[in-house]
Amino acid sequence: MKLDSKIPEGPLAQKWDNYKAGQKLVNPANKRNLDIIVIGTGLAGASAAASFGEMGFKVKNFTIQDSPRRAHSIAAQGGINAAKNYPNDGDSVHRLFYDTVKGGDYRAREANVYRLAQVSNDIIDQCVAQGVPFAREYGGTLDNRSFGGAQVSRTFYAKGQTGQQLLIGAYQALMRQVNAGTVDMYTRTEIVDYVIVDGKARGVIARDLVTGEFSRHFGHAVVMATGGYGNTFFLSTNAMGSNGSAAIKAYQKGAAFANPCFAQIHPTCIPVHGEFQSKLTLMSESLRNDGRIWVPKKKEDAEAIRAGKKKATDLSEEERDYYLERRYPAFGNLVPRDVASRAAKERCDAGFGVGTTGLAVYLDFKTAIERLGEDTIRARYGNLFQMYEKIVDDNPYKEPMMIYPAIHYTMGGIWVDYELQTTVPGLFAAGEANFSDHGANRLGASALMQGLADGYFVLPYTIQNYLADDIRTPRMTGDEKEFVEAEAAAKAKFEKLLSIKGNRSVDSLHKELGLVMWDFVGMARNKKGLEEAIEKIAAIKKEFWTNVKIPGSGKGMNVELEKASRLADFITTGDLMARDALNREESCGGHFREEFQTEEGEALRQDDKFAYAACWEYQGEDKAPVMHKEDLTFEVVKVAQRNYK
Amino acid sequence: MDNNISLTLKVWRQNDAQDKGRFETYKLEAVSTDSSFLEMMDILNEQLIGEGKEPVAFDHDCREGICGMCSLYINGRPHGPDDDVTTCQLHMRKFKDGETITIEPWRSAGFPVIKDLIVNRSAFDEIIAAGGYTSISTGGVPDANAIPIPKDDADEAMDAASCIGCGACVATCKNGSAMLFVSAKVSHLALLPQGRVEAARRAKAMVSKMDELGFGNCTNTGACEVECPKGISISNIARLNREFLAAKLQD
Repeated sequence: MKLDSKIPEGPLAQKWDNYKAGQKLVNPANKRNLDIIVIGTGLAGASAAASFGEMGFKVKNFTIQDSPRRAHSIAAQGGINAAKNYPNDGDSVHRLFYDTVKGGDYRAREANVYRLAQVSNDIIDQCVAQGVPFAREYGGTLDNRSFGGAQVSRTFYAKGQTGQQLLIGAYQALMRQVNAGTVDMYTRTEIVDYVIVDGKARGVIARDLVTGEFSRHFGHAVVMATGGYGNTFFLSTNAMGSNGSAAIKAYQKGAAFANPCFAQIHPTCIPVHGEFQSKLTLMSESLRNDGRIWVPKKKEDAEAIRAGKKKATDLSEEERDYYLERRYPAFGNLVPRDVASRAAKERCDAGFGVGTTGLAVYLDFKTAIERLGEDTIRARYGNLFQMYEKIVDDNPYKEPMMIYPAIHYTMGGIWVDYELQTTVPGLFAAGEANFSDHGANRLGASALMQGLADGYFVLPYTIQNYLADDIRTPRMTGDEKEFVEAEAAAKAKFEKLLSIKGNRSVDSLHKELGLVMWDFVGMARNKKGLEEAIEKIAAIKKEFWTNVKIPGSGKGMNVELEKASRLADFITTGDLMARDALNREESCGGHFREEFQTEEGEALRQDDKFAYAACWEYQGEDKAPVMHKEDLTFEVVKVAQRNYK
Repeated sequence: MDNNISLTLKVWRQNDAQDKGRFETYKLEAVSTDSSFLEMMDILNEQLIGEGKEPVAFDHDCREGICGMCSLYINGRPHGPDDDVTTCQLHMRKFKDGETITIEPWRSAGFPVIKDLIVNRSAFDEIIAAGGYTSISTGGVPDANAIPIPKDDADEAMDAASCIGCGACVATCKNGSAMLFVSAKVSHLALLPQGRVEAARRAKAMVSKMDELGFGNCTNTGACEVECPKGISISNIARLNREFLAAKLQD
């Protein structure tokens, strides 16, 4: 496997301009004869499909949802970063680039991140022109707020619903193209495999989730933008339908999977409350601006609280341990996500956790309410407080919130070069599905930026450079040998799943996998645990393929069959994550190996050994994958240990 | 706070669009009141799978009240007996021990049933495709701060734009009208200078598509506003009527 990052020549700030100046274009008459398949309709998928349609390509866009507007990008709360420097507080493209590389713990590719910072400003212009109702000042200009990991205010937002508004903007642009006839939309349709012809991605096999029927679709190029694989853990902040199957299928067809162990654990989620729990709800990072995080100082108090004999409000200031403020006086409650998550786990593991399970810490607004008044707090966080109260049935104005870390985002993903092309020619990956921009840890408000950057402003250029060589490639009918074989293989897999007729429900197996992932491949990892995890995952795989129970048939809608097919891929993902975590003998960003920490318990990178992206190549079912390295070189950024003390 | 309740569920079962459909009754024991309504449905489905029966199909995704995927007509109310929530945000503490709960799909001519509790809401996409956008393409747009927008207008546009497209407004309307949905989009864009340019064309196109797709007329009962999980105001319908009338007068 050859990993050519295709980083353009020239100084960092001129690489993207140099690329665009030298790239190949496709003339309008030829665009009409070129087909592009886009999988997914989140920020990356919808913005790419809409842009390709506007340019004149013929686009087929697929989503598993009933409407493109349901994609999980919609759930992003906080905001979107851009280097506009409207507040005149010293921001610049360079500074956004620098913060992103540093926030990612120096495990991202400089050239890609710089381009991301460059196009960030275009995204804001684009969204405003679409009618995205960003928050504004009384003077009519756009409002900004600050987020973790930055010293400037560069985050644009639309109430606590920024993801929703940006996605609706992209969705509307997409529906305009559907109306214009340039995009064919396939809803409630899942991609079950890719079709490779002469080494190039030339199409997909789709399964209609309503009828259960399979179909073959040709494209001169294929773009996958199906998000991350956080649901490998069963419990995460991802939507129930979010899955990593399109990525795993790409991996199995020859696309390298990079840094699978880089998963982000968000510190402020509502804790798990019982075994029937289906998902975890995120409380926005912005709450840490005013909320103070603490646990009881004495174990007896923690035990009394867990037993329901004491309440948080019974404890005096002296009896509380504001552990983030204690450990990190400079950043306090505003340390980055990975640091805050680990600190909460450390306290709970040591026996100081609260809640009925002991796996929770307090997020307390008492001081802020005393300082600012309840009305100000309500104006800032009212909708979040209401959401909390609906779920937990506690009033956070009176009793402190309880929070605990949860899986939120995956920085790892399908390896792509500078053009967002995978190691399979003609197959591109965009948004959270690729590994490109966030290194080992993503900063808040950067996921939306990356999704839209890829779809609106990167792929429309780079895909032309690829398609320019394809103007003489005629459309395939779908009757070619490669299409027929791929469809037969996909059908066989679904028939096999239905034929097992075992005793275990899909969810019970998924929960078992999730617990193994959380215990051994979660917030803290070590060699012994990871080796154990690989064995346990293999056992779950065996149990799944011999004992899963799927009622119903392959005809018509069968939700359990859909879930089973995705779980088979989550099991593959889980194994890959554990292997990658085992290989990476250092701690960086979201990846914390207990063997590699400073005396104070902070993450310890090994730059001399691990300054690379680990790219895994599939070797076949039940065979260990092979790892290739893309070395990361830092020409502009000065690599240093992160310090938040 | 570990409270468990037992329930009797009357659930609508329908194999596919052609099937006539019927209610089936299920008993569920020891459901924690801390679980969400959809988690209760998960428990029911685990039980059914254990008994070798087909689980109940229902739409859901984000389970935090924003994707608009979940639906369910619970005891005669879209999204069930709580205010300003989607079904996924409804919790079992709103129900009593021993209660019988009736669960149906959205019922409206515009939303045909696909299976059990799942309906087809693609009509909403068609209405948006008819004109619910600004006709600008990627790139070549002015700087985001080039046109100042009064904060009040931006805030009002945001309130209208917070519609999640769940369809509760249609499901609760005795006429099966989609006016609240259409008016929210028309208002959102008409309130902003970027969307103002096409306001007349948009209002006509979206209303005409809504009529074509079989949604009913609005008779101002206000039920849609009551059931909207996002609190979209019916004042948007008044704005839509003004926009539509003004557009027609220009013809």
